Amino acid sequence: MSFNLALVPRREISLFRQVLTPVIALVVALLIGGLIVWLMGRSPAKAFDVFLREPLTDPWALQEVLLKSTPLMLISIGLIFCFRANRWNIGAEGQFLLGGIFGGGVAIATHGLSGPWILPLMMLAGVAGGMLYAAIPAALRNRFGISEILTSLMLVYVAELLLDYLVRGPWRDPKGFNFPQSVPFTDAAQLQPLFEGGRLHSGFVLALLAVIVAILVFKRSLFGFAVKASGEAPRAANFAGFNEKRITLVVFLISGGLAGLAGIIEVSGQVGQLRPGFGQGLGFTAIIVAFLGRLSPFGAMLSSLVIAVLLIGAESAQVSLKLPFDLTRFFMGLLLIAVLAGESLNRYRLEFRKEPA
Amino acid sequence: MEMLPFILATVFTAATPLLIAALGEHVTERAGVLNLGVEGMMIVGAATGFAAAVLTDSSVFGIFAGALAGMALSAVFALMVLVFATNQVATGLALTIMGLGLAGLIGQGFVGQPRAAIPPVSIPLLSEIPVLGKAIFTGDFVFFLSLVLIGFVAWGLNRTRFGLLLRAVGESHGSAHALGLPVKRIRLVAILFGGLLAGLAGAYLSLIYTRFWSPGMSAGRGWIALALVVFAGGHVWRLVLGAYLFGGITVAQLHAQAGAIGLPSQFLSALPYLMTIAALLFLSISGRKGAGAAGSLGQPFVPER
Amino acid sequence: MGPERIRLSGITKAFGALKANDHVDLTLHAGEIHALLGENGAGKSTLMKILYGLLRPDSGEIRINGRRVSLPSPQAARAQGIGMVFQHFSLFEDFTALENIAIPLEGRIADAGLRAQVEAKARHFGLAIELDRPVHTLSAGERQRIEILRALMQEPQVIILDEPTSVLTPDEAEALFATLDTLASEGAGILFISHKLEEVRRLCSRATILRGGKVVAETDPRAVSAAELAALMVGEGVLELRPAGEHALGAPMLQLDGLSVAPDGVHGVALQAIHLTVQAGEVVAIAGVAGNGQSELYAALSGEGGRVTSGQVRMAGQDVTRRDINARRALGAAFVPEARLGQATLPQGPLSENVILSWHATESLGRWLLDTVRIGTVARNVIERFDVRTPSPDPLAAQLSGGNLQKYVVGREIERKPQLMIVDQPSWGVDARAATHIRQTLLDLAAKGAAVLVISQDLDEAMAMADRLAVMHGGHLSAARPVSALSRAEIGLLMTQGESPARGAA
Repeated sequence: MSFNLALVPRREISLFRQVLTPVIALVVALLIGGLIVWLMGRSPAKAFDVFLREPLTDPWALQEVLLKSTPLMLISIGLIFCFRANRWNIGAEGQFLLGGIFGGGVAIATHGLSGPWILPLMMLAGVAGGMLYAAIPAALRNRFGISEILTSLMLVYVAELLLDYLVRGPWRDPKGFNFPQSVPFTDAAQLQPLFEGGRLHSGFVLALLAVIVAILVFKRSLFGFAVKASGEAPRAANFAGFNEKRITLVVFLISGGLAGLAGIIEVSGQVGQLRPGFGQGLGFTAIIVAFLGRLSPFGAMLSSLVIAVLLIGAESAQVSLKLPFDLTRFFMGLLLIAVLAGESLNRYRLEFRKEPA
Repeated sequence: MEMLPFILATVFTAATPLLIAALGEHVTERAGVLNLGVEGMMIVGAATGFAAAVLTDSSVFGIFAGALAGMALSAVFALMVLVFATNQVATGLALTIMGLGLAGLIGQGFVGQPRAAIPPVSIPLLSEIPVLGKAIFTGDFVFFLSLVLIGFVAWGLNRTRFGLLLRAVGESHGSAHALGLPVKRIRLVAILFGGLLAGLAGAYLSLIYTRFWSPGMSAGRGWIALALVVFAGGHVWRLVLGAYLFGGITVAQLHAQAGAIGLPSQFLSALPYLMTIAALLFLSISGRKGAGAAGSLGQPFVPER
Repeated sequence: MGPERIRLSGITKAFGALKANDHVDLTLHAGEIHALLGENGAGKSTLMKILYGLLRPDSGEIRINGRRVSLPSPQAARAQGIGMVFQHFSLFEDFTALENIAIPLEGRIADAGLRAQVEAKARHFGLAIELDRPVHTLSAGERQRIEILRALMQEPQVIILDEPTSVLTPDEAEALFATLDTLASEGAGILFISHKLEEVRRLCSRATILRGGKVVAETDPRAVSAAELAALMVGEGVLELRPAGEHALGAPMLQLDGLSVAPDGVHGVALQAIHLTVQAGEVVAIAGVAGNGQSELYAALSGEGGRVTSGQVRMAGQDVTRRDINARRALGAAFVPEARLGQATLPQGPLSENVILSWHATESLGRWLLDTVRIGTVARNVIERFDVRTPSPDPLAAQLSGGNLQKYVVGREIERKPQLMIVDQPSWGVDARAATHIRQTLLDLAAKGAAVLVISQDLDEAMAMADRLAVMHGGHLSAARPVSALSRAEIGLLMTQGESPARGAA
C-alpha cells in the first residue's frame, strides 16, 4: 500500500479564496513561530502580545509601523513589476543601498547649504542610483543572456562593501570619533515630519502614491498588460510584438528606481546620515512582502503594513523578551514558504490517494 | 618555492566548500531542479555542525551533523517543489532567508568559541613527493572526501542507470513521466543529495576553514557555488576547475589585503562577487552559454491524473 | 485471429465534468492490427493512456490474456507485455538513440551489451538507426524508429501506436506499415490509433470507433467506405467545404525573394533561398512533413523570430524584412501562429484581454488607459460572428476547447479586416466541425479579396483549401503550382525528396 499525494487543478478560483490564502498562510506561520518561541522556553502569548498587539495599540509604535512600511511598500511595488514579468530581481537590497549612497552623496556634497532644492535633488539622485544599479543585471541579461538572479544578488554584496568603503574612507565624518559614518545631514537634507511632534514624513505619502500608480498601470495600461503577458506567456508577448528586452530593462529600472527612492527616504527620513547596515535586509524582506501580497500592488500595500508590524514587534521583543532578531528572520522565510504553499493550494486541490500495491 | 605547497594547501581549503556545495547543486540541477537555497542550507550546516561539534566535543561528528542539517532543510524544499509544485526560484529564496535566521538561532550560544583543527591525514608515499606532494596528499579528511565525491558524481551521473534516469528526468520530465519513470522520487534523491553536500560544505567552513562560528559566515559562498554550476555547463571537470580558480582568487585576495597593496580592502573583498559576474560574462562571450542546462530546469512538474 | 490479448470492458474516465471515456469496450487479439478511430477529443488518447498505465480508469476492468489486471504505472503495463509508441513527448532530445532505448528498460544502461541486442533487433525488422547520434539531429522517421525499437526491446505482446503516421512522409509511412505487418504476423497484437481513414482501411482488419468518449461502432474498416467511417466518427454528416466562386486576383500582397534564414538553435532548420508570391484573392498552401522549416518560415513571415541572412520579405509591396510584427500588421497583415494557447493567446487571460495581443498596435484601444469597453465589444463580436462556444460570457482562453479557441483566434484576426492572412496549422488538433468552419472562413476571406497563406502538415487540408500549393522539404520550398495540376503522388515525392532530382538521387 502506498500513499500518493497529487495536485488536481481547480477549475475556478473564487475571490474569497484568493483573499483568504495569504491570511491563512500568515496564521499558519504565526502558529509555527509561536511553537518555536515555546520551544525556546518563552511564553508564546507574551510574544504575540509584543509582536502584534503593542505595535498596533501604542500610538508611537503605530507611527513606527508606518515608517517601517514605507521602504517595504516602495521596494515591493517595484519588485511586483519584475516578478509579474517573470524577471527575478533579487538584488533590491543593493539597489536600496545605492539609492541611499547616491542621495546621501548629494546631502554630503551640499553639506552646510540650504534651500528647498536639496531634498528633491537627493530623491532624484537616489532614484538614479537605484536605476543605474538595477540596469546592470538587466543589461547583462539582455546583452549576454546571463541569469539576472545571480548577478543582481552578487551586486548586493558589492553594494554593502561600497557603502562600507565610503563611510570608512572618503565620506567619513572627521568629527565622528572614527566611527564608520558620514556627517549628520542638516535639516535641509532630512525629510521633515508631516505633523508637529510626530515622526511620520512625506516618504510614506510617496509610497502610497506608488501604490496607486501601480494599481492603475496593472489594471488599465498597455504596459501593465505587456508585463503580465511577458511573464505568463513569453511567446504570446512576442506575438503581440512586445519587446522582451525592453520589458526586462524597464521593469528593472522601475524596481531599481523605487528601491533607490526607498533607500534615500530611509537615509534622509530615518537615519539622518550614511552608515553601514542601514539596509537592514529590507530589500530581501520586500520580496516576502511582494509574495504575501500575491504580487498585486494593493496586496503589497497591506502586506507591507503587516510585515512592518512584525518588524517593529521584533525590535521590542529583542529588548523585552530577549528574543533574537534571527527568530524574526527565520519567521520571514517560513512565512514565504507558507505563502507559496498557499498559492499552490489556491490553484490546485491536494488529493490523497490510497493505492493498492 | 617553499611557500608554494603552503599556498596551494590554502587554495584547496578555500576551494573545497565551494566545490562540495557546487557538486551537490550540480546533481540537483541535472535532475531539472533549481535550488537557490544553497546559501541557506550551507549556513545551517555551518551552525549545526559547529554546535554539534562543541556539544559532543567531536569535530568529525559535527561535520556529519552539519551535512544532515543541510539535508533536512533541503527536505523542506523538496516537499514544496515536488508536492506543492511551487515556484522553484521563490522557494529557494525562502529557504535561504529561513536558513540564515535558523542558523543564527542555532549558533547563538556558540559565537566566538574557537575549535581545534581536525588532525590532517597524509597519504603515505604520495605525500613524500617533493614540493607538491605535501600540498595535495596531506589535508583534512573532508578534502579527500571531496576528491572522492568528484569521481562519485561524474561516475554516478554518466555510468550508472540511476544517473541515466536522473539526467532523463532533468531533460524532460514530460517524457520521463510518459515512460513511467518515478520523476518525483528521482528528484527527491537529487534534492536531498544537494542538501547533504551543501550542509557538508557549510560544516567545512565552520569546523575546518575558519574553525569558529560567526553569523552570516557563508558570505555568499552558496550563491557562488550556484554560479559555478552555471559556469560548469553540465561538465563536472569545469566545475572542479572553476572551484579551484575561485579558491585561488579568495586566497590571492587575502594575501593582497595582508600585503596592503594600496587598494582599499573592501575592493578586494568584493573581488569574489565581481569575479563571479565576470566568469558568467566570460562564459557567455566565449559562446558556451547554456550548453548544458537541463531541459526542464526550474519548471514545476504537475502530472495529469 | 489468434488468442485474445486484451479485453477492456466498461472503461470510464472523467476529468471534472467531462467524460473522456464512457463505458468503453474493446478487444484485441494476437496477430491483429486493430484501429482505434476517432476525432480529436473523442477519447482515444485517454483510453490509450489507461492501457499504458499513465491514467487510472474511474471504473471498468482490464483483462490481459484473460486475467484481470490493474495497471498503476507504465512499468506495470510493460511487465504485462504492453509496448507504446508515442506521437510526442517521449524521446530525450539531447540523449543518443541508444540511451533513449535504455531508459525504459529495467536495469539497463547504454552499454555494448545493449547495443548488440538493439542492432540485432533492428536488423530483424529492417529498421535503420544510427545509435550514437543525439536524437535532436534525427528526422521524424528516425525518431519513430527509435520509439518502435524501444518498444520492441521489451518483447511486447501488444503494441500501441498513437497517430504514428502524422509526422511521416508517404514513403516512411509505407515502411512503417511493412514493419507492423511483420510484427502482427509474428503474433503481436497492434492497436493503431488514427484519424486517417485511408491508412486504416489499408492496414487494419478491425476498427473500434470512438465519438464523445463512447464506442459508436466496431467494424471491419475494409468492408465499409471511407465516407461511412467518417460519418461514424463525426456523426450527423460531414460538412463539406464550399469552394469560393470565381473571383479575380489582385496585386501581390506577400513576396519572398530568395529568403534565407539561419537555424534557430541546435534543433532548428535553416531556410534556403525561398521564393513565393501570394496575390490578393488567392489561397496558397505550404505542405510538408513537420520539422522541415515550416515553423521557421512562419516566424520569419510574422517577424516573431528568425535571423534573415539574405533575401527579402515584402508585404503590400513594402520591404518588411527588418520590421517587427506590428509594422507588418500595420500594412494589413494578420497572423495565426501554430500554438493556440501560450502564443496566440494568454492562457490565463480572459478572451477580452486577449484581444489586446494582436490589436494594440494597429487599432485604437485607448490612448493612456486601455478602453475596456471597446475591448469587450470586440471580443463579444468575435464570439458571436465566429460561433465560438464559451462556458461563460468572457472565459479564460484556457477554458475553451481547442476548436473553439482556434475559432476565436482566427476570428479575432479576421475581425481586423486583414489584406494578408498567414495561418500556421489552421486546424491542428481541432475537431472536424470546427476545422471545416475555420477552413471555410479562410476561403471566404480570400473570396473577399485578401491574400491567404496556409502552412499545414495535413495534406488533405492543404489540398482542400489551396488554389496553389508548394512543399517544404529540408528548408527548401518547391515552386507553388496550381493544386489542380498536382497529384498526391507528385506531392508525396516532393515531401520526401524535395524538388531537385539531383538532390533526390543523392
